[in-house]
Amino acid sequence: MIYTTFMESAYVQSLPFLIDGLKITVMITVIGLFFGMIIGSLAGLGKLSKNKIIRGFWSVYVEVVRGTPILAQALFLYYGVSEDLIGLNISSFNAGVIAIAVNAGAYIAEIVRGAVYSIDKGQHEAGRSMGLTENQTMRYIIWPQAFKRMIPPLGNQFIISLKDTSVFSVIVVHDVVFMAKEYYNTTFEIFETLVMVCLLYLCITVPTALYLNRLERKLDV
Amino acid sequence: MITVKDLHKSFGDLEVLKGIDAKVDESEVVCVVGPSGSGKSTFLRCINLLEDITAGEITIDGDQLTDPNVNINEVRSQVGMVFQHFNLFPHKTVLENITLGPLKVKNLSENEAKDVALSLLEKVGLSDKADDYPDSLSGGQKQRVAIARSLAMNPKVMLFDEPTSALDPELVGDVLEVMKDLAEEGMTMVVVTHEMGFAKEVGDRVLFMDEGIIVEEGSPQQIFDDPQNSRTQSFLSKIL
Repeated sequence: MIYTTFMESAYVQSLPFLIDGLKITVMITVIGLFFGMIIGSLAGLGKLSKNKIIRGFWSVYVEVVRGTPILAQALFLYYGVSEDLIGLNISSFNAGVIAIAVNAGAYIAEIVRGAVYSIDKGQHEAGRSMGLTENQTMRYIIWPQAFKRMIPPLGNQFIISLKDTSVFSVIVVHDVVFMAKEYYNTTFEIFETLVMVCLLYLCITVPTALYLNRLERKLDV
Repeated sequence: MITVKDLHKSFGDLEVLKGIDAKVDESEVVCVVGPSGSGKSTFLRCINLLEDITAGEITIDGDQLTDPNVNINEVRSQVGMVFQHFNLFPHKTVLENITLGPLKVKNLSENEAKDVALSLLEKVGLSDKADDYPDSLSGGQKQRVAIARSLAMNPKVMLFDEPTSALDPELVGDVLEVMKDLAEEGMTMVVVTHEMGFAKEVGDRVLFMDEGIIVEEGSPQQIFDDPQNSRTQSFLSKIL
């Protein structure tokens, strides 16, 4: 009896819908972070540049993104820029990917900058004094060491960005939160559905955090 | 080999080098001594432009370093530098530390670079450490690897910035021994050091620096046994 009730409740019945949403959530996070990593690396190194204009440009980017909420950024990108300003209809999925890339890029920029900055100055000097160019020194000496230090905070950023995608339901991304709303709007099992949403997020974030802890100890950073 | 003319270097308002004139001949070993803060490390670091110079001229083997047409990477590849804190690359093995420059700057093949590295490791007595990471080495071993790394570029000049200052006393000897061998082979060397014994024994000439100028220079005998300047005398009386 209890078993049947449970099996017929939203705890179980909502799952197929929510998991469809979760797939979108994870895909947006992973693809967005891939591009966010590229933007963040450029921005982080740009902020360390000796060139004032490059440094200024990336500083403004980082401050603007970090100083505004991601909800506003998503609305701005989807409705403001793509629909209103340039009249280009990009899919809400793509808008979500761009929003994560742009948003995480700013935080990753600080991770990159901090990690590169934390590498002992002597490493740079040793590279340059043997005749390596600035770029070679970065590529062969500084970056590999800095990247190791970036891994734990990047993992953290993954968790943050994953949760951030939840606001994209406002731009009609069919993520796990959007699917949950669709579901409980017809069944009215709001509590049960949202419990499952939280559990699904935790299924990803908790193992990730535990893995990161272990990795951090192993990398000794 | 090296000519320095009226070299000035300031950090902001602080003038660290106040007009240095010096010459280093081929195969000569010049030791730079002096109290801390005298500018001797800065002087050494200016010689391969690790510090931008404020004014003056430095010429290495005919190349004037401040000439915009001179390729500074090219010059640096011919000037070896050994640091107080070794500055080995911790993410690379001993062998990779040594082959990086030959591979990327001199474009040697993997095999050529490896041969060079192995023969240099033998020279500094660390053949068995080729595949180890720097973290597993003692300070003295690290510094010998650092010397091998510099030598792998086949430099015309070697600069040493207090190479034994960060070492435990019992490890200093091995490093000095390697440097002594180098000197005997005719390497041109500029050594900033607190090892007066080394300066006496191996140095051809000693420069005594204080407050950003070369106060006195001469053979080790002149400087250590018969210093003329009162600042040299007072410095030596404190440390000998």
